[in-house]
Amino acid sequence: MTSNKTELEKIKSFAFKMRKHILNMSLAAGAYSSHLGGGLSMVDIAATLFASVMKHDNKKPQWPDRDRFILSKGHGVLGYYSALCESGYLTEADLITFEQPDSALLGHPVRNLKQGIDFSTGSLGMGLSLGIGVALSVRMKKRKSRVFVLMGDGETNEGSVWEGVMAASQYQLNNLTAIIDKNGYQQTGTNKDIMCIGDIATKFKGFGWKVKVVDGHNINELYDALSSQNNSNQPLAVIANTVKGKGISIAENNNDWHHHVLTKANYDEAMEGLLESGEDP
Amino acid sequence: MIINKSKAGLWSKIGARATFGMAALDLGNELDELMILSADTSTSAGLERFKRTFPDKYIECGIAEQNMMGIAAGLASEGHVVITTTFAPFQTMRCCEQIKVNLGYMVQNVKMIGLASGVVQGSLGFTHSCIEDLSIMRSIPNIIVLSPADCTETAKALSAAVEYNGPVYIRLTGGSSNPAVYSDDYDFEIGKSITLVEGKDIVLFSTGTMVHKSLSVANELKGQGLSVAVIDMHTIKPIDAEMIQKVCSYAKMVVTLEEHSIIGGLGSAVAEVKTAIQNAPPHLILGLPDQYGKSNDYEELLKNAGLTVSGIIDSIIGFISDKRIF
Repeated sequence: MTSNKTELEKIKSFAFKMRKHILNMSLAAGAYSSHLGGGLSMVDIAATLFASVMKHDNKKPQWPDRDRFILSKGHGVLGYYSALCESGYLTEADLITFEQPDSALLGHPVRNLKQGIDFSTGSLGMGLSLGIGVALSVRMKKRKSRVFVLMGDGETNEGSVWEGVMAASQYQLNNLTAIIDKNGYQQTGTNKDIMCIGDIATKFKGFGWKVKVVDGHNINELYDALSSQNNSNQPLAVIANTVKGKGISIAENNNDWHHHVLTKANYDEAMEGLLESGEDP
Repeated sequence: MIINKSKAGLWSKIGARATFGMAALDLGNELDELMILSADTSTSAGLERFKRTFPDKYIECGIAEQNMMGIAAGLASEGHVVITTTFAPFQTMRCCEQIKVNLGYMVQNVKMIGLASGVVQGSLGFTHSCIEDLSIMRSIPNIIVLSPADCTETAKALSAAVEYNGPVYIRLTGGSSNPAVYSDDYDFEIGKSITLVEGKDIVLFSTGTMVHKSLSVANELKGQGLSVAVIDMHTIKPIDAEMIQKVCSYAKMVVTLEEHSIIGGLGSAVAEVKTAIQNAPPHLILGLPDQYGKSNDYEELLKNAGLTVSGIIDSIIGFISDKRIF
């Protein structure tokens, strides 16, 4: 376990602020509705990456030596824009334009290099392949950058994911990390009921990946899994067991909140609960 | 890329696919950032020498076209000029949504080469033939669609595509012996059609393998007293609207010819421009029928579709008579 207390506190604080931004964005979206469940389940993962693990610089969004992040589960934008805001790529004023007409912040991310968004995503199963292309280029150019691809567990229903899983192993991309936000649900039900993916860790191992399984809300475990050096010649899969809707009690493990309108009453209740949780260090 | 008479002569004997492979070798020397990706089709794309000469610029993606298009976009995002290649149906349809999102939506700098499009692989059946690619690629915003007339134009199109910063689809048609329309270097500009034969009565807008056939058609009809123009429409998107407008101001009849479905390809692209032109001349759309027929030899399939020189002439004469054009 890491003893780097400062880093852990920084990540926790970052995650707390992300959840507040998410509530504000979701409220601003109003009747447009937003993907709260999957946005919230990835918060601690994104916080660990953006607040600590990843090398990046908001003054130079295209810094060649930065670590790359690809949100393959593009509907998780609430957990992405909020991290970009806390990292200084977006302002709070930007955030509340979320899903509004003419906003740059659509319901799925759109490539915007100044805002630190390298790729447009939203159609599931495409991000890992993008990450492989980036990781191959980074390796060719002898850069130390790491490439992180965040996927959903439901997303692994897509066959294209497994094309990528096979290729990353073939190319021995040890600079590539795929993180599975395993919240157990997808749009219309549980993974088990809709399309059971079984033991996903074994599947990745079978394709030649190095695999770590962590509690996706335990900052200590996330930090250790994501920050440690990968000295193997294998790509790394971090299976993060998460709770859909994590941090907002009305949404936790309630799939009605996969994509839902947050009313002012919901917002007040959720924000009160969040503040009472006392997670803001 | 150097293009001359000797190369043009050689290329016409080896076909568009092998020409692509040879042109790729030149590009490998010229472009530091070049990457060529293949979906287990390096031999079919004439890339064996490229693979050996530039192992660091070649990525084998296996039989996984969706992944190939993602890798291509990832590389392009890092500044590479990326060429992807596999047989046309797999290059355009198997990974169509990756093309939409990665190339159309994100406008990544990737050039797709659709090998053996049309019905040259007719004996393998319609899984390997491709009569839909122009239509599909044309409907995706931001993608340039090129359809070269012969091997020299294949090299010219490839050269123009890598110079252009953005996604391009290049459709290769014809067999290993590919009659030459161009026998030496010439000016090629994306979006600018090339008038090969001037004529005032009938204008043949042709693309791909149909360009060479159109030259023979024009020649034969000239013998029958008709003045027939032949225009090489090497760019399907953006279509050369200016030329279409000009032609519509004087021609008595317009014909489009393509080794592609009569739906959605060159014929449709020309018609889309013509529809806004008052008193535009009648338009005969010649191409492959909207059906998956029986497998057959290349020449037989073209013959059955009326896409031989005599078949085209019969269609034109029939149309003239039906519409009482002259």
